[in-house]
Amino acid sequence: MKQVIFKIKENTPIAKNTYKMVLLGDTSGVTNCGQFVNIALEGLYLRRPISVCDYEDGTLTLVYKVVGEGTELMAKLVAGKELDILVGLGNGYDTKKSGDKPLLLGGGVGVPPLFALCKKLIGEGKKPTVILGFNTSDEVFYKEEFEALGATVLVATADGSVGTKGFVTDAMKELDTYTYFYTCGPMPMLKAIYAATNTSGQFSFEERMGCGFGACMGCSCKTNFGNKRVCKDGPVFEKEEILW
Amino acid sequence: MVNTKVNLLGIELDNPIIPASGTFGYGYEYAELYDINCLGSFSFKGTTLEPRFGNPTPRIAECASGMINSVGLQNPGVDAVIAHELPELKKHFHKPVMANVCGFSVEEYTEVCRRLDGEEQIGWFEVNVSCPNVHGGGLSFGTSPEAAASVVRSVKKVTTKPIIIKLSPNVTDIVTIAKACEDAGADGISLINTLLGMRIDLKTKRPVVANKMGGFSGPAVKPVAVRMVYQVYDAVKIPVVGMGGVSTAEDVIEMMLAGATAVEVGTANLPNPYASKEIIDALPAAMEKYKIKNLSDIIGGAH
Repeated sequence: MKQVIFKIKENTPIAKNTYKMVLLGDTSGVTNCGQFVNIALEGLYLRRPISVCDYEDGTLTLVYKVVGEGTELMAKLVAGKELDILVGLGNGYDTKKSGDKPLLLGGGVGVPPLFALCKKLIGEGKKPTVILGFNTSDEVFYKEEFEALGATVLVATADGSVGTKGFVTDAMKELDTYTYFYTCGPMPMLKAIYAATNTSGQFSFEERMGCGFGACMGCSCKTNFGNKRVCKDGPVFEKEEILW
Repeated sequence: MVNTKVNLLGIELDNPIIPASGTFGYGYEYAELYDINCLGSFSFKGTTLEPRFGNPTPRIAECASGMINSVGLQNPGVDAVIAHELPELKKHFHKPVMANVCGFSVEEYTEVCRRLDGEEQIGWFEVNVSCPNVHGGGLSFGTSPEAAASVVRSVKKVTTKPIIIKLSPNVTDIVTIAKACEDAGADGISLINTLLGMRIDLKTKRPVVANKMGGFSGPAVKPVAVRMVYQVYDAVKIPVVGMGGVSTAEDVIEMMLAGATAVEVGTANLPNPYASKEIIDALPAAMEKYKIKNLSDIIGGAH
């Protein structure tokens, strides 16, 4: 974990209620894809945890959906503004277990952390397939970005306005075999994926957090291997660990 | 040169700053960030007899100038604390540490203190009487002078280490409870624990935290804490450890003027993991600004 002051380069809407924030600053504290950052916002007492969408030397990209007080404030921030951010929080995804053809399943605001993961997998010479799930067409984002990385991308929308009509698990049925899976998204989707997958995989969870670095026990969960903290021992857990 | 040392029940502290139980774990997370030996001491995570998972999530809610938590005393239980946490803690922290103890019966408090009594690094017990009393109808031990006193009398029999009783502010008369603890043999009083609070989510129209209610803490509660520390200091002869919303060196001075011998920093550590260190670093300059040479001279100075 590292405390870093970042400067906002851009903060723009890319889909319905969804924003992309590009930040400039020291990203050396981000050590893995699937980690999150914790952002101090003026007027709020607690920091807000947001997953890392992409990180390169000196540039941090966050994609977030406006869902409450914190993200409403974030959406109003303009370029040039400085933010106090704790980076390098959480474990992130482990790509060692992926095999050649990993499957990435993202639902809505759960899509962003899969981007840095996808980039890493491709960098390792693997051939990921990505399924992105949304409610409707105007919520769809990052399809082209994933394609530009070289991934095969399928989209599912609940209303059928783009891609397969239904959920990511419906789009999964159109696929050949996969060697492993990675996912992030709303709880009902994660549960459906747990049931629908026939390989091991990794799930990224979301929880309200106090500190974000393992001190307060605000985000604990029970697992098959004892009590864990979503912020410090997670947010990524392996399928075998999960107790619903 | 200013002097930040204080003496808490026979143990000299380099400064009065003690991160509060439940916000500092066993120190490891913070030891990754700074040398935690700069602290006066710290109060480790509240320990019960058996392991506890605590309450369902969500356990956290944002509030104006503070937060609500309903962690529910999650801890690995006293035996695991002795076997795993204290040996690990010792690698990072080389001063006496405060052992925060919780229980749901007089017997549980007593047994936890008895098992921890042999641990050399423990300088003080901080006995949290805010837990519900399962034999007394579920009301917390800290809301009844008799129940609080019975915990004190029982734990005093199993340890020679100083017993500091941590009081709940959710009472009609804090003074009566503090005096009952003193009369029962408590060596010190710490206060305040969190204020019972609630937030409701307007979208779901339900309470934000799963347990509905939780403990409200943070800068917003500081005036309540200062008032209660002031009242208790007036009423008892034993030392008072003050806490509640302390976030700056100035807050420490204010708490000490109210009557605190040492000052716990709790919630401030969560949004700012460096808070306790920053307060310690800022203390000498704040003391010079307010013309304080010896910090221990100002204890109860507002009376």
